[in-house]
Amino acid sequence: MGAQKKGASRVSEDPEELARVLLPLVNVPMINYTLAWLESAGVEEVFVFCCAHSKQVIDYLESSEWFAQPNFTVTTIESHNSVSAGDALRIHGDFVLISGDTVSNMSLTQVLQEHKERRKKDSNAVMTIVIKRSKPSQITHQSRLGTDELFMATDPNTKQLLYYEDKVDDTKGSIYLDKLLIAENPTITLHNDKQDLADVRLLYQDCHIDICSPEVLSLFTDNFDYQHLRRHFLKGLLLDDIMGYKIFTHEIHSSYAARIDNFRSYDTVSKDIIQRWTYPLVPDVKFFGNSSIKLERQGMYRASDIGLSRSAQIGPFTVIGSGTKIGNNTKITNSVIGEGCSIGSNVSIEGSYIWDNATIEDGCKLRHAIVCDGVIMKSGAVLGPGVVLSFKARAFNPVVIGQKFIVPSYSKVSRLQQPTKLDSDDELEYADNSSGIAEMSSITPTVDKLNEETTNQRMETQCWPKSEGCPQVGELKPDSNDSEGDDGEFRDDSAYFEREVEATFLRAVHENIQVDHVILEVNSLRLSYNKVAADCAGALFYSMMKLALETPHDSPGELVQATVNIFTNWKKMLKSYLAEIDEEIEVILRFEEMCESFKEFSPVFDKILHQLYELEIIQEEAIMRWDAEKKNAEETDRVYVKQSAAFIQWLREAEEEEEDEEDEE
Amino acid sequence: MPDVHSLVNDFLIKLKKRKIEGSLATAKQTAELIRSVISAQRVPYTNQAGALIDAVKAVGEQLIAANPVELAVGNIVRRVLHIIREEDLSLTTAAMAGLNMSTVSDDEDDDRDNHPVLSAAVVAAAARSTLRPPSLQMLLEDIPDAAAVPRTSSSGGDSEEKTKSADKSSRSRRLKHDVIEAVNELIQDIGTCHEQIAEQAVEHIHHNEVILTLGSSRTVLEFLCAAKEKKRSFRVFVAEGAPRYQGHLLARELVARGLQTTLITDSAVFAMISRVNMVIVGAHAVMANGGVIAPVGLNMVALAAQRHAVPFVVLAGSHKLCPLYPHNPEVLFNELRSPSELLDFGEFSDCMDFGSGTASSLLQVVNPTFDYVPPKLVSLFITDTGGHNPSYVYRLIADYYSADDLVVQRRPAMGS
Repeated sequence: MGAQKKGASRVSEDPEELARVLLPLVNVPMINYTLAWLESAGVEEVFVFCCAHSKQVIDYLESSEWFAQPNFTVTTIESHNSVSAGDALRIHGDFVLISGDTVSNMSLTQVLQEHKERRKKDSNAVMTIVIKRSKPSQITHQSRLGTDELFMATDPNTKQLLYYEDKVDDTKGSIYLDKLLIAENPTITLHNDKQDLADVRLLYQDCHIDICSPEVLSLFTDNFDYQHLRRHFLKGLLLDDIMGYKIFTHEIHSSYAARIDNFRSYDTVSKDIIQRWTYPLVPDVKFFGNSSIKLERQGMYRASDIGLSRSAQIGPFTVIGSGTKIGNNTKITNSVIGEGCSIGSNVSIEGSYIWDNATIEDGCKLRHAIVCDGVIMKSGAVLGPGVVLSFKARAFNPVVIGQKFIVPSYSKVSRLQQPTKLDSDDELEYADNSSGIAEMSSITPTVDKLNEETTNQRMETQCWPKSEGCPQVGELKPDSNDSEGDDGEFRDDSAYFEREVEATFLRAVHENIQVDHVILEVNSLRLSYNKVAADCAGALFYSMMKLALETPHDSPGELVQATVNIFTNWKKMLKSYLAEIDEEIEVILRFEEMCESFKEFSPVFDKILHQLYELEIIQEEAIMRWDAEKKNAEETDRVYVKQSAAFIQWLREAEEEEEDEEDEE
Repeated sequence: MPDVHSLVNDFLIKLKKRKIEGSLATAKQTAELIRSVISAQRVPYTNQAGALIDAVKAVGEQLIAANPVELAVGNIVRRVLHIIREEDLSLTTAAMAGLNMSTVSDDEDDDRDNHPVLSAAVVAAAARSTLRPPSLQMLLEDIPDAAAVPRTSSSGGDSEEKTKSADKSSRSRRLKHDVIEAVNELIQDIGTCHEQIAEQAVEHIHHNEVILTLGSSRTVLEFLCAAKEKKRSFRVFVAEGAPRYQGHLLARELVARGLQTTLITDSAVFAMISRVNMVIVGAHAVMANGGVIAPVGLNMVALAAQRHAVPFVVLAGSHKLCPLYPHNPEVLFNELRSPSELLDFGEFSDCMDFGSGTASSLLQVVNPTFDYVPPKLVSLFITDTGGHNPSYVYRLIADYYSADDLVVQRRPAMGS
């Protein structure tokens, strides 16, 4: 039996630092839960398919014990450009498709058996997905794992999945089902059609464990534009009535299965593990590594070599990793403390996750927070609910929270420059906007100099706005609301496109690629990002100017010269996107923007504009229209128009002269 | 060597993943594994026993750590260590005796090999009797001291150098050989412990009696069936043993063998106990003080039995005898299993929410596997060597284990 596993990709905590599957879940990197489960379920071969952070994942796996186990092969497949493993894998026979952040202890025997029997009867039954009953909380009315509400329609007799919708619109409270679906299958009941839908659709939880037949791989390859396994692939398969592939469901009852893809599920699954629902994947059973954690009274998991003060109070359902020291009168409840942490006196930690080697000094207070590796909290600091203190960016550069500083609720503190977009590989994976973390960061204001003690340490803080609608008492992850998510996506897309174009251009410059080829590449980018020629022109212009700026120069004159040189060389490329006057105007507007951000250009704006005219990149008509457009603009907007007034004047005169000449003729 | 190494790893993983459950299976496989470790171990010329002990300890330490709940692993490791010590001792005494004799005989080099090899048990007994105070069992069994004196003659005086080395190498080979033989016996004993215990059934179960048991134990099943085969007619009450309900399986097995069986819930035990003549149960482990680690619910049954003065009999193979005391921090005598054995996660997932602000759900499910029954509640232990009082267990343990092995931990360097 082969198992395929989607490895690292979207990182919910910190895109730059660590792959999500390597984040510690109750002090064990997540991927180990998945692998341990697969191993004990009798899987013999696992392909770990890695996109982003593939190097980390591969390095980790190679040094782990999984490679050394008999009867269990782990193969890593690194891929940056194949969207689906279908390109990279050739599996004969059925396989299990799961993501590397799934925690489960279900037995695969029965579901495989069912799948195989169905396959014998009907060769179109290509996929079996595992579902589990899960009721929403009565208090918060949210799904346990913080995922979107899920609506599925299945045939009660055959268990065939007929409809799958994971973003049910809450406001309407109704779901649109294809009439045909009901007409064709008069016997189906939607588990639920007689009942109130609002009750039923939350009863099930998608475990993200799929039993697939080999055909699925080729489907992945065929439908390479499917980016999201559920949203695109599954729905696509359901809607596609030409091929007639069928998907079935398998419900599990007593065993546990959940996928961690947001903070809320991280919290929930951690607690489920501590409550031993995932047995035997619990901290005191050595399913992985050689940790020596013992379970003591009241669900307190403690490593043998911790330094615990006599007066410290360790509450129930707490995990304390080895080598951690805890000071006097410290209270810890419902929390997970990693390895090698040092916690001072009179600290209160409640419902928090502290990873390895963090330092928390005397008198700190933490409630429902995540503190990543190596964070230092000076004495008296307070973390409100939902705070995430991120990784150290470099070894000597940890996040430091100053003395008595109070970090506001739902803020995320990181030493990293907040990326304006996600890592490129992240796009490949089944990107899920529901976690809404990266998107959030681009919206919210930046607060500088949080740290009173060390003012030179600038920290970027992004506040998570509390989302409206749902009460977020004592939980780690606020849901983003949809409109924000979409905005972020759109912005990301543009920025991403520009970056790509720039990269392409720079490559062309450095590797002397022919202009035609570059045009071809940019064109393909344009198509894949659904952009117009003006966008390409803008992006290319921007790249060229930036290149000019980066060429060493001493005086504005030399800068102009460098710019001219570049434009002379690449005129043809830029020209191919300047078919219309509008596009030329776009370039000028773009130039203005650039001058704002790169001050070196602003004194020489008119000179460069003149050169562009000389090089016939920009026609005089475009300049005229730009001038006209700016006529009614505000004074601040007209700085560059004024600056080039002389040039425009000269153009006008030249034009008139021409006309005169024509007249004379 | 790599072969043994991978065997050990394989077994370790199985233990860690809780793939092997039940003391019998664990004990048997542990013994088999250690046998292959011993047979693969190279023995140096000097201090062979030390080398073997080191090797077994190294593996044993890992095995014990892999699943501290399964005490049978530690028991077997300690048993084997004891065997090595005993065999070494017996060989040493034999050699000493041989050296004493060597002055008498001169040219009987070849003769030595033809001597009948003394049985390890006798030599061990001899060693015990010479170097240690005799055990109670020894005194009871009254093994004559005369048997212990080996009548061997050894190397001649003229070729002392050569024969000494030859003697040593043959000794080392013999030690290993003897140890493996003894471990084989141990494995055989483990395999036959059910029959050995069941043989005693007729002495304990009488006509028209009512027997109560809880959960399922193979030893109990065999015991009851043995009594049935001897034409005893009696009735069995089986408490179902929630949450794993193995009592249901036992009831089915008993009925299949023609026994009159009544299935009751665990909570009905107290109500039924006044009609019961004897409680017979299996155990997970028997501790050195005579306390029993047994499936959950048994303490309740034992207390009920005591209240009504019903004999509480525990059946345990000798591999379940653990030389540790229950207050020893090394003994991790309980394991909390998945709450899903008690209730369906899906049905109750709304109660398992953490959104109430307290960061812990209001519903907590605890599912312990074992109970501890203190020795005063146990009337009788029936092991493969016979029936014993709880207060006698420590003597049994002194016979099976040596005090040096209670802590199975490698010493940094084993001096010769």
